[in-house]
Amino acid sequence: MATQFIVHDKKDTVGVVVVEDVKPGMTLEGWVMEGDGTIKVKALKAVPLGHKIALGDLKKGDTVLKYGHDIGRMVADAKKGDHVHVHNMKTKRW
Amino acid sequence: MAKAPAVIKKRSKSVGKMPFMGYRRENGRVGIRNHVIILPLDDLSNAAAEAVANNIKGTLALPHAYGRLQFGEDLALHFRTLIGTGCNANVAAVVVIGIEPGWTGRVVEGIAKTGKPVQGFAIEGNGDLKTIESASRVAQQFVMWATEKQREECYIDELWVSTKCGESDTTSGLASCPTVGNLIDKVDPLGATTCFGETSELTGAEKEMVKRALNKNVADKFMATFNAYQDVINRFKTSDLSESQPTKGNIAGGLTTIEEKAFGNFQKIGHKTQYIDVLTPAEAPAKGPGLYFMDTSSAAAECVTLQAAAGFVVHLFPTGQGNVIGNPIEPVIKLTANPKTARLMPEHIDLDVSGILRREMDLDEAGDRLIDVMIRVCNGRYTCAEALGHREFVMTKLYQSA
Repeated sequence: MATQFIVHDKKDTVGVVVVEDVKPGMTLEGWVMEGDGTIKVKALKAVPLGHKIALGDLKKGDTVLKYGHDIGRMVADAKKGDHVHVHNMKTKRW
Repeated sequence: MAKAPAVIKKRSKSVGKMPFMGYRRENGRVGIRNHVIILPLDDLSNAAAEAVANNIKGTLALPHAYGRLQFGEDLALHFRTLIGTGCNANVAAVVVIGIEPGWTGRVVEGIAKTGKPVQGFAIEGNGDLKTIESASRVAQQFVMWATEKQREECYIDELWVSTKCGESDTTSGLASCPTVGNLIDKVDPLGATTCFGETSELTGAEKEMVKRALNKNVADKFMATFNAYQDVINRFKTSDLSESQPTKGNIAGGLTTIEEKAFGNFQKIGHKTQYIDVLTPAEAPAKGPGLYFMDTSSAAAECVTLQAAAGFVVHLFPTGQGNVIGNPIEPVIKLTANPKTARLMPEHIDLDVSGILRREMDLDEAGDRLIDVMIRVCNGRYTCAEALGHREFVMTKLYQSA
């Protein structure tokens, strides 16, 4: 099956959708680049190409990890398979 | 011309010298284009400069918005940018036009140090029409002289390559920026001189940047530069900069925060290469071959204009959502890993690396393909931006004029 999302690092809490046709309820196959692993996540939303999908349940205030690093904090809860973007996540800077 | 022994040693050790056909200039520097430019000192001289470029085919006017009543470091940067642009090895000869002879002469003198033909003209006391006529006569001689120049075999250790990304999205961090990083890791040991910038766009990744400095002095210099830029942002910000940094386009492409964008940007310097110095805007590298960080804005045209003024002759530009930028004197090669951008905007994309996301191509192969495209552009192949006439020449202004 084709890769539908990609995860940079094993520690990451979000992955990036790399196909254009994700619909709610689809079970997506993901490639974890670090260690060349494979994971599956059921999409809860129609996550667009390039947008992030939660790899587990994320609570308001949680640090979001991508590239194995802190890329910001949740400002609302998200469930595994949810779309993670400006509506529920913010920078810790500026 | 005598070559430094260190360079010869590096060449003989290298497996691939990556030869290309370039223009070797009077001062030994290598260019990949052969422009005769008509350079206005100030905003007032744009009309005359453009008239000269219209009269004399094969010349290129570089109109811009500034040059009056600037002072201090802002004025120094104005001169550094204009003189550096004229000195760039992609430029064969220069006609400078300014409103008055004093500052015009300063730009002419700066460019003349390279040994290339340069002449200045001032408008006050002559008017536009007389100035255009005398400047056109000289521009004609320059372009007829320059068009006889021949390309000769040059090597990667003579090539100055800059990089900056634009309208990035998450595919930039996944694939197109790492493709540039793969190229940097391959050409650095061969003696290339390379440059990246975008100071604010390392926010969140600054600790990783510190680890990639050659030594503590260079790391300290980076942090001082980074903190000074943060001070500017903190002084003027009215929000968390969302929609400016990251941009609206970045957000549409899935990037949520500056930290996420920063780690994507950071992929452009590869995994192994250390940067050997930190440059002020438009400052020419002076520590020999290697990777340099330049303090720049993250706005594409401003950054590329500064890198071209520092002497870089070919630019690698990963884009996600499809930034269309070019530069008048430094060819800008665009690559994208976003399959939608590659499909919808093919006239802007020199290299499509979206195959990495489909796992049809690995990074090593993508890096080799980018090297191939870069060498072909060095040999003379037009980039998409050149063919489409993108010539964004944007001076960086540090603060208000007096």
